[in-house]
Parts: sequence; structure tokens; C-alpha cells
Amino acid sequence: MKRGFITVLLTLTCSTSLAQDLLITGATLHTQSDAGIIENTDILIKDGRIAKIAPRIATNKMIKVINAAGRPVTPALFAGVTVSGLSEVEAVSEAVDSSYRELYTDLMHPEFDVRMAYNPHSSVIPITRVEGFGFTLLAARGGDKTLSGQGGMVRFDGGYKSFDGKPVIYIQTSGYSANTMGGSRVAHWMLLNQAFDEAMTDEELTLITPQGAATLKAAKDDGIFLFEADRAADIMRVVAFAAENELEAVVHGGSEAWMVAEALAAAAMPVILNPLSNLPESFESLGARLDNAAILHEAGVPVIFSSGETHNARKVRQLAGNAAANGLPHDAALAALTSTPAAVFGGEPRRIRKGALADLVIWSGDPLEVTTQAQQVILGGIPDTMISRQTLLRDRYLGAADAMPRAYTKP
Amino acid sequence: MRPILAILLSVFTTTVAATPFPSTYQPLPSSPTLITHATILTGDGQRLDDADLYIAGGKVVWVGEGTVPSEGVKTIDATGQWITPGIIDVHSHLGVYPSPGVTAHSDGNEATSPVTAEVWAEHSVWPQDPGFSRAVAGGITSLQILPGSANLFGGRSVTLKNVPQNSYQAMKFPGAPYGLKMACGENPKRVYGGRKQAPSTRMGNVAAYRASWIRAQRYIQDWEQYEQKMAKQSSSSETDGNSALAAALIKPPKRDLELETLAGVLKGEILVHMHCYRADEMITILDMADEFGYKMGTFHHGVEAYKIADELAEHNVCGALWADWWGFKMEAYDGIQENIAIVDRPKNGCAIVHSDSEEGIQRLNQEAAKAMGKGQAAGLDIPPERAIRWITSNAAKSLGIADQTGTLSPGRMADVVIWNQNPFSVYAKAQQVFIDGAIVFDRNDETLQPVSDFELGQLLEVAR
Repeated sequence: MKRGFITVLLTLTCSTSLAQDLLITGATLHTQSDAGIIENTDILIKDGRIAKIAPRIATNKMIKVINAAGRPVTPALFAGVTVSGLSEVEAVSEAVDSSYRELYTDLMHPEFDVRMAYNPHSSVIPITRVEGFGFTLLAARGGDKTLSGQGGMVRFDGGYKSFDGKPVIYIQTSGYSANTMGGSRVAHWMLLNQAFDEAMTDEELTLITPQGAATLKAAKDDGIFLFEADRAADIMRVVAFAAENELEAVVHGGSEAWMVAEALAAAAMPVILNPLSNLPESFESLGARLDNAAILHEAGVPVIFSSGETHNARKVRQLAGNAAANGLPHDAALAALTSTPAAVFGGEPRRIRKGALADLVIWSGDPLEVTTQAQQVILGGIPDTMISRQTLLRDRYLGAADAMPRAYTKP
Repeated sequence: MRPILAILLSVFTTTVAATPFPSTYQPLPSSPTLITHATILTGDGQRLDDADLYIAGGKVVWVGEGTVPSEGVKTIDATGQWITPGIIDVHSHLGVYPSPGVTAHSDGNEATSPVTAEVWAEHSVWPQDPGFSRAVAGGITSLQILPGSANLFGGRSVTLKNVPQNSYQAMKFPGAPYGLKMACGENPKRVYGGRKQAPSTRMGNVAAYRASWIRAQRYIQDWEQYEQKMAKQSSSSETDGNSALAAALIKPPKRDLELETLAGVLKGEILVHMHCYRADEMITILDMADEFGYKMGTFHHGVEAYKIADELAEHNVCGALWADWWGFKMEAYDGIQENIAIVDRPKNGCAIVHSDSEEGIQRLNQEAAKAMGKGQAAGLDIPPERAIRWITSNAAKSLGIADQTGTLSPGRMADVVIWNQNPFSVYAKAQQVFIDGAIVFDRNDETLQPVSDFELGQLLEVAR
């Protein structure tokens, strides 16, 4: 009696690990692995992971089966660098936790960890998930200090602790941010040089706390440093700083990255970019162009996409499609939203093969096409309800008006 | 002498209706062109397969089948390609918030007073904004430039033809009516409430609109009374030798640029373009238009328009909407991706896809494609020939230029886009763009790709 009760509790609280077995049949599988694209294949999922990939998998009749009917199946997509679960409404500052500012310490706080405020019940998460997204990189956004804080990967499975991968330290180095912090981008580099000297040596701490120093040291050992930079000259400064300090660094922004593609490739430094950027929106992006991603990829630079948006993070799929329409191979465009961010930031590899976490999406068509819909999202082997606050609003108002107000329509 | 003086004075003091800053737009050089074997979306709901289009003299001559002169006609084989009317964006800030977006270029919001109906967006337009040439590569042939939404009455808009010229007058769409930008909700109350100034609430917003309309009504009355007095004097001048002098002594009302624009709306000469997100606020605005006897034109952004799609259609009001933006502020919290498709659904529905973005304007076809895809997934029957109306004929209706452009009907301006494939795709590209029959962009011919003065000579040392 007692034991049975515990089992039920476990089922409720650890649903991922006790997921029902699932069989997907007839998939066109974009594996993001050496196997490439496998046509007309079945995928067996047990305990939330992929147990078998084969043309026809025989199973017992009790198993849940989803027929993909030849449609594409990909790993669940990367939503970009966002503040999902940290911002319910962007302009409602009391519902936003993504940056620190005006702290009375007046120090830089790399230890500021946005994951402590992550809310898996934010409406943003199902709204993004039902569009085919399984994970994001949580950002500590630019406040009023050069070191913005830290974040990391999180899965969109609704868990409180669904974090994954390495710690990521966010650093502002752009001229735009420098305009309000020190008046020159030189101020950023001056402060960064001193903060890293203080953290890595026994120098007296004047810019950061002991916790901040520990955070920088830990991230230097096994973390990622993400630098905001668009201008080619600024990107070259990032490359030099990362080399001097022996950091794993990533460029975020990178409008002019194509101009220094060879240096980035030599440094094996990935770039997170928006492939729609093609305007000289500032004097830092005079060289912005639509084939930025294609040029970087050709040079061997790992490319990841991000729109910079959180609520409309789902638009990043359109970004990938545009990159593909402007010279990036289709498979590389898909990798920029699956295996590449996973390879750079750690955690689940986001490649479909035996043993991989079953975070998958069945699409109505080409996953990079704007008219394509995510038909079924599967996270940890569990088919999503495909319901969000927005699908419910849609269903409330889609039907014809009735004598009773819409408030009585609860889809 | 005296009657002549009176007439002169009369003419001088009643120049309100004359149009300053007139359009000097001239179509670029063109030649008669026959485009053959294309899939044509005419913009008014029709799709023609393997059809031809003939344009000459800057106009559409015929679409489908017809005859062409035996000589002097350029032929483009568009087998496998698609043709649409030129794309129209009803909501752009190109030129007033240009690239680069430096503070010195921030010319879109005269955010110094909540009522600035006296400002005209065209006086802020920087024709060298590189955004114009990016937009033409996305098939944009006409666009409305609006002031921002900081103010209740933001000022006059201007509709431009997307040709690279050195003055906005040379881009100004000939004969297009002016628009008046208005704004509901959070923006005005945040900007002015934040300064401890009215309006700081939504009720403050509405009180200020109404007070302004009352002043505009009075302004119209003052001018009407003046005209009546002048008419009376001139009709009695034959019997009274002193009446000319008397007429000259009738003082006209003082001209007021703000009230001229508001009066233009009340007289139906200027179209209202109102930034408004919430359904309840849009209903308030419809009632306010009834109170003051003007026609509400187009709600812009309208993320909750789907909640009142039937009311908008009944009032013959357009909704210029985004495909998927939401959540950036409280009044955008209920946005859904089916908004455009649901507003399009009722008979007389007027759904428009707008950009409000220098990025979005470059691919308004993709924005429409997303909205079409969501509508179809929700079970609504929206073929491409229907969805294309959202960025062509419905947009032209909103701007009051539907008799000139927005469809490929004979006699309309030859504003045309040839796409390499179905434009409702992320892979679609505008191959050639025509404005008034002239090729203004050709993807395969660098000599027909405009470059603004600002971009010329930048990054000279970069090899690629």
C-alpha cells in the first residue's frame, strides 16, 4: 500500500525518466550526425531516450505510435539567446529579471546568475515550445556594467532545474554600450583587463567580489565567455583578449564577422548572429550583409543563430531559412539551431542517434520554411500537448460569436 | 482698384487648401514590356497560371492575354516565376528613423507635447536612408512614412514611391492623401505621465483627443463664418461702393497648422492611421469617430484586432498588423499569430500586413506567408491569391491610393514585382521590381541596384 503510493508520487514528479515508450514511424530524419538525413525510418523511444533507429521497428501493440508519414523530424530547435522565463512582459520591469543595475556595491558582478530567477511556468515557454523549440541560452543582459553576469542553457520541459551545459559569462564590449559606460569602448577593455588580473592572481579585489573572482576562474576552467561585438575591429580585440587570457570565447552580434572570418576560424571562435542583419544600423555594422553566415561557414567558423528576441524567439527559424536562401547549406542552417549551439555551450548534443535525449519535432514540411508548422513537439520522449496561452486565445476567438460572451468559452 | 485689392486679400488669406511641398515625382525611364508565362497574383484575389502581363507608358495595359505592338516591346520570359503587384508597406519609419540609427538621426517623434498634429513626417525624411534600397530589393514599391507613437496626435504621414531620389518631394506619391498618425494606450501615457504631465492614463488620452477635436470643429466654424461674411460682402459690392473696403477689413481667423491637419480629418481629406493595441480601446476610438463625425481609417499594430474582427469589418476599418510580434509590452500580451487571418475572415474585412521595421519591410512577403500559414493551420481557406491582398490592394485602400496602385488592373500604375518562385516562401526573392513601368531593381544586374550616398565608399579596404 505504502509502496504503491510512493510509486505514484515518483511518476508524477519524475515523469521524464518514466516516459511512456513511443514509436515514430515513417520519418524523414534530419539526424545532425554522420548519418545525415535518413528517409522513411522508424524511431523507438524508451525512457525518454532514443533506443533504436531502423526502417521498420516491430513493437508490442500497447506502445504509442505517431506516424510521421514521410515528414521531416529534427532535434527540437534552439530558440537563440533569450530571457525566456526571466521576462514575462518586456516593458513591465517588475516582471523582468534579466539584468542588474544601480547595485549599491558599485562593483561588477559576474556571479549574477540569471538561472536563479528562471520561471519555467512563464507563458513564453509553451508559446515558444509549440513552435518546435526545445532549449535556449539564458542571457544575463547588459545592465550598467561591463560584466553583465552569467547564464546557461535551459530545456523547455517545464522543469525548475532543467539547466544544461556550461556556465556562460556575458560581457559587453560594444561602442553602443560604452557610450553609457565610460564613454569609450576602451573603458570596457581597461576594466576587463583589471578584473581578469584581479581574479586570476592574488591582487587585491577592487572591481569584483571574491564570488565574482571565483566565477571568472571557474568559467575560465570550464565555461564560455560571450562577448557582444559587431565591428570587425572589435571582434579582433575579442580574439586577442581571449588568446591572452586563455578563454573559450564566443562572439555575439558579429555583423562584420565575415570580414575577419579567417581570424575567427584560426581561433576556432564561434559566432552567434542574426542573418537578417544587412543594414548599417550603426557605425559598428557598416559591413552587415545577408551572406555573413554563409561566408563564416565556408571559412570553418561555427555559426549559431539568434534574433535577440524572447517573446518572438520562434522567429529564429525564419532567420535560418533566410541564411539558407543566402548561400548557407540547408544542413548547416539547421545545425545552427541544433547541434552547433549544443557543441559550443555543452549539454545534450542535439544529434539524433541511439542513446540521445528524445527532444524531437515532427514538421509539416521543410523545417526552415515560413509556412511550415511544428506538428508535434516531443521533449524527453513525451509528446507535448501543443497548447499555449496563444493557442487557447486563438481557439476562444476562432469560433462564431455566441449569445454568451467569449469569457465562457474555455477551449 | 479696391475690388481688386479685396480679391487679392481674399486669395492671400484663404490659401489653406493649397498644397505646399508638392510632389515633383516623375517616373523613371521605361519601355513597353511584356512578361510571359508567369503565375500572376493580380492583387484583387485572382490567380492566373501561365499568364502574361503587358505594361506600357508606365501603366498596366492588360493582364492574362492580349495583343502587343509588333515592334519596340521588350519581352521577359518569366516561366516558373511569379508576378505580383508592387508591395506596399503602410507602416514604415524609413527616413525618419534611418540607418545608422544614431541620435542625430532620431527624427520620428516630436515628443515634446502630446498633441503635435502640426508636424509633418516628410520634413524629417532623409532620402539617403539605406533602408529604402534594401526595401526595394524586397519588392516594396510604395510606403507610408509615419511619425512615431509617443504622441496622441503624432503628425502627418507621407506616402512615397520607393525611388532613390535626393528629396522626398521627388519620391512623393502623386495625388496620395495625407494621413494623420494618432496613438492609443501605453506610449503617450508613459512618455508624458513619466514627466508628471497629461496624459498619464488612458482616460487622459481620450480626454485630450476629444478636446483637440472640439478645437478643430471650432476652427472649421471660424473659417466657414469668415467665408460666409466675405461672400456676403462681395455679393453686395455692386450696390455699395464701400463694401470692398469693408470686406478687406474682415479679419480672417489665424492660421493654425495643428488645427488645419485636424480639420482635414474632420472634412474627410486626411486619413486616420491610429496606433492601437487593445480591443477595448479600438472600440472607444470607433465611438469617438462617431462623436466627431469622421471616418476611422486604419488601426495599426492592433494585436487584439482578432477579438473585434466583425466590428472592424462592419465599420469598414482596416487592421495593419504584425504576423507574430507580441509581449514586448502589456498591451501586446494577447497577440496571436492568427490575428491577420481572423481579421481577414469577415465579409468586408481589411487585413494588412505591415512592418514598422527596417528589417520587416525587406520581406513583407515572408511576414504575409507566416500569417497565411497560421491561418491555414487553423482551418481557414487562404490561398496565395487571397493573402497577397494583405500587402497590395488592402494596403492601397488604407492609404487612399487604390485607384492608382495595388492591383494589376488595366490603367493602374505599372508597379510590379517578378519573383523567382511563389512569394510565400522563405526562399523567394524579388528578381525585378518595376515602379510606373520602370525597372528600379534587378537582382541579376548590379547597375540596377541603387546605393545611397551614405553607403558609397564605406569599408574601402575590405576585399569582398
